[in-house]
Amino acid sequence: MSLLKEPDFGTPERAGAATVDVEIDGIDVRVPEGTSVMRAAALAGVEVPKLCATDSLEAFGSCRLCLVEVAGMKGTPASCTTPVRSGMTVRTQTPKLAKLRRGVMELYISDHPLDCLTCSANGDCELQDMSGVVGLREVRYGVGEGENHLDAPTDSSNPYFDFDASKCIVCSRCVRACDEVQGTFALTIDGRGFDSKVSAGGNLFMDSECVSCGACVQACPTATLEEKTVVDLGMPNRSVITTCAYCGVGCSFKAELRGDELVRMVPYKDGGANEGHSCVKGRFAFGYATHPDRQMKPLVREKITDEWREVSWAEAIGTVATTLRDIQERHGATSIGGITSSRCTNEEVYVVQKMVRAAFGNNNVDTCARVCHSPTGYGLKQTFGTSAGTQDFKSVDKSDVIIVIGANPTDAHPVFASRMKRRLRQGAKLIVLDPRKIDLVRSPHIEAEFHLPLAPGTNVAMINSFSHVIVTEGLVDDEFIAERCEDFDEWASFIALPENSPEALAEITGVPAEDVRAAARLYATGGNAAIYYGLGVTEPSQGSTMVMGMANLAMATGNIGRDGVGVNPLRGQNNVQGSCDMGSFPHELPGYRHVADESVRDIYQELWGTPILPEPGLRIPNMFDAAIDGTFRALYVQGEDIAQSDPNTKHVFAALAALELVVVQDLFLNETSKFAHVFLPGTSFLEKDGTFTNAERRINRVRPVMKPKTGKHEWEIVADIAQAMGYPMHYDTTSQIMDEIALTTPTFSGVSFELLDRVGSVQWPCNDAAPLGTPIMHEEEFVRGKGRFMPTNYVPTKERSTRKYPLILTTGRILSQYNVGAQTRRTANVVWHPEDTLEIHPHDAEVRGINDGDRVTLGSRVGQTSLHARISDRMPVGVVYTTFHHPVTGANVVTTEHSDWATNCPEYKVTAVQVGLLSAQTEARASQAAVPVAGS
Amino acid sequence: MSGGLPPHVRLANEIAIQFTHLSRADAESRIAKHLHDFWEPRMVRALLAHIDTGGADLDPLAAAAAEQLRQPA
Repeated sequence: MSLLKEPDFGTPERAGAATVDVEIDGIDVRVPEGTSVMRAAALAGVEVPKLCATDSLEAFGSCRLCLVEVAGMKGTPASCTTPVRSGMTVRTQTPKLAKLRRGVMELYISDHPLDCLTCSANGDCELQDMSGVVGLREVRYGVGEGENHLDAPTDSSNPYFDFDASKCIVCSRCVRACDEVQGTFALTIDGRGFDSKVSAGGNLFMDSECVSCGACVQACPTATLEEKTVVDLGMPNRSVITTCAYCGVGCSFKAELRGDELVRMVPYKDGGANEGHSCVKGRFAFGYATHPDRQMKPLVREKITDEWREVSWAEAIGTVATTLRDIQERHGATSIGGITSSRCTNEEVYVVQKMVRAAFGNNNVDTCARVCHSPTGYGLKQTFGTSAGTQDFKSVDKSDVIIVIGANPTDAHPVFASRMKRRLRQGAKLIVLDPRKIDLVRSPHIEAEFHLPLAPGTNVAMINSFSHVIVTEGLVDDEFIAERCEDFDEWASFIALPENSPEALAEITGVPAEDVRAAARLYATGGNAAIYYGLGVTEPSQGSTMVMGMANLAMATGNIGRDGVGVNPLRGQNNVQGSCDMGSFPHELPGYRHVADESVRDIYQELWGTPILPEPGLRIPNMFDAAIDGTFRALYVQGEDIAQSDPNTKHVFAALAALELVVVQDLFLNETSKFAHVFLPGTSFLEKDGTFTNAERRINRVRPVMKPKTGKHEWEIVADIAQAMGYPMHYDTTSQIMDEIALTTPTFSGVSFELLDRVGSVQWPCNDAAPLGTPIMHEEEFVRGKGRFMPTNYVPTKERSTRKYPLILTTGRILSQYNVGAQTRRTANVVWHPEDTLEIHPHDAEVRGINDGDRVTLGSRVGQTSLHARISDRMPVGVVYTTFHHPVTGANVVTTEHSDWATNCPEYKVTAVQVGLLSAQTEARASQAAVPVAGS
Repeated sequence: MSGGLPPHVRLANEIAIQFTHLSRADAESRIAKHLHDFWEPRMVRALLAHIDTGGADLDPLAAAAAEQLRQPA
């Protein structure tokens, strides 16, 4: 595809059924009421010259280039700020308008460097284009004569883009993009009149509130804000539409290349998830894909203490297959297993679970969702009937009350957070349930109605309190419950018990009862109410119970089955939803169908030509336990650094060291590969061909921007291993894998690459009943028929603070980094977060003699590490917080074996710890503890 | 082994405590179904073997539920 330039209609689309008929340059056009004349003209195929207008931003009317003449109206109004009226007759090209536009352009150009031929934006500059469009032939005032801004300095402080003030036309598009699209309000126009200039709050960009989302760069019509890669490499000349491989928002991007070199990633306006917006990771942090640390050749070694030996693909695959079969002969069919990756495509994941079930002959397949959203799978299936968020992202535009529970969207799901913030600025009410004062609690033009800083591990107590208020105060939606739900009476009797009242539970949650009552009333009575949640919900020991508690709350108030409501997991990785959909759990075949269901097994047994075991396989933590007791002997790991990401590092290391064969398939030699005997080099998202499914069930195409740098697609590696083990598995193309998924999975039966290429994306279920997908689930009835109320008994975690470990540690992410950091640590994003730090409340720091920046020990009953302290009143007293992006910190050295009772999702969010000032003597010991030696 | 208990005992106890608000029979049945639906057979076998050797530290509710999974000899 050549370079794709999407149409720009100048001002945003207006929704609504009412329409208006107008005539523009003799062309009749019918548009929604409220549409600007500029947009109406564009829809009629008439382009009105413009500079300050773009259709991602509200009209501003400052550049005076889009003037038009309207019959019956005096003067020459700006078409961007003038709404259409019925019967309006507009002329966009008259001698008078041409003269006015040339005059405006003359003024702009008189204070603009005329270096077009050497300018980095040459060919992609709206100022250049408009000079041509208006027919500018001379600048009567001279260029650079008199007072001007041509010597204004360039701010190159940001690692990804420059701000060249000499080229700025002060159109305010960047400022408005920061405000309206991103919602950060980091930019402003300083000064007045001729002195007006764009400013990052009077600072360099890097010292400002800027979050480097790239919205300003995207909006800039000149070379003022320009990607450094464009400055260095030149303008791209072709585009490939693909999907970001970072968080679960799943943004669509145009990968723009010059020849075969990727120049930049530009958010795609037609992307269903992001609609043209991006964050610092997806927009800029793609350099890891070509980082010199990438391992491009297969590696093999006999023992993990040996040096790696580079080998051919044939030798590596032969070694894997032979060793796996040898282990099975000696220890049985169920002595081996595999882990799929949420960073890989649906097609890559599907073939791994097929390899395990068909070639390995067991159900020992699990996925990294085990350690994040497995409780979502359990809880939503029990209550609603399937494991998926109920809404599309757009739904939040219709929410009146938004509850954010255990999530930090501005850091972990930033593009969705921008959409949510826009709705909050429009007046929706916000309730935040989180021990930590996350940014959403108070940020520019946003203030939560309620921030309930509950104690870690008390989510279920809190949600029971909410439901207690709603049931006992008569705030339930009787009609919805009667028509759509079952088991309400039993649940209501349970939840109405006095022990579930906010007053009874206040001591446990740490939140005053009156605040809980007020927040619950707001949720029940404030209009469309939506719940968005993250790992703060799923990663305590009652994660699954909490998911059911939220589902109960939504059903009790009728907040399910339409726009603006719902229960929505914010998935951590790009394809968590997809990897779960594809049958990665040891008890479920694709489409969340239990392996005990003979009719489902028959589908695969017939197609795959091999029996499938009817019992569940081992989960990841079960695999570790079985490795230590000797009944599990070999593990294949796809794109998941379990040695860094899984809890209780000492236990994980012991398990990995006990295995006879560890096969790691990844981009980089990671912490897990220290225990590996075979390393199979994987592909980055720029090389992959397939699909990702985001948190709103949206199936997006991942198109190859370049050929696999390793010589093989990841699904080819897996098929080769299966073949070498004696099980025939062959596909000619990736689309054949999706065709097999569609053939065997009812919720995917309508999905094909052809459909996705034709319509862009679809949200499952996509089948005969919903050929273009299902944006909102459970509209007429729940997937399981009736929504099922589930009693949610609060059971305190066994992980308690003690005299020895008096603080509670909770963990999370930061905006610039992603999970274990394997990708983002290999980009310039490290400038924002070079190390993990420990956030600690001033009081807890003071009593320990800790100052901001001091190096401290962080110890639990299972391990100890060290890191720098950051004193912050975002934390409540008694709670400390850290991220887990850097292996050197080893945050999981201290996390424990406790897990969610139903799914074994680790209890990352609650660990009793002690923090102390690090002495020189303990530093060496602590660092040794943080990075254990492989095999020790 | 973590936390001083074999994993299958620790995990079974963690499941059992979630169902104490139900009647004994209902709780046993729900726990047994959970073990059947989500536990790999070697874990169930290990739990039953633990019961056969006295069931030390195993929640009686979990033990009773596990008995429902015992295959006829």
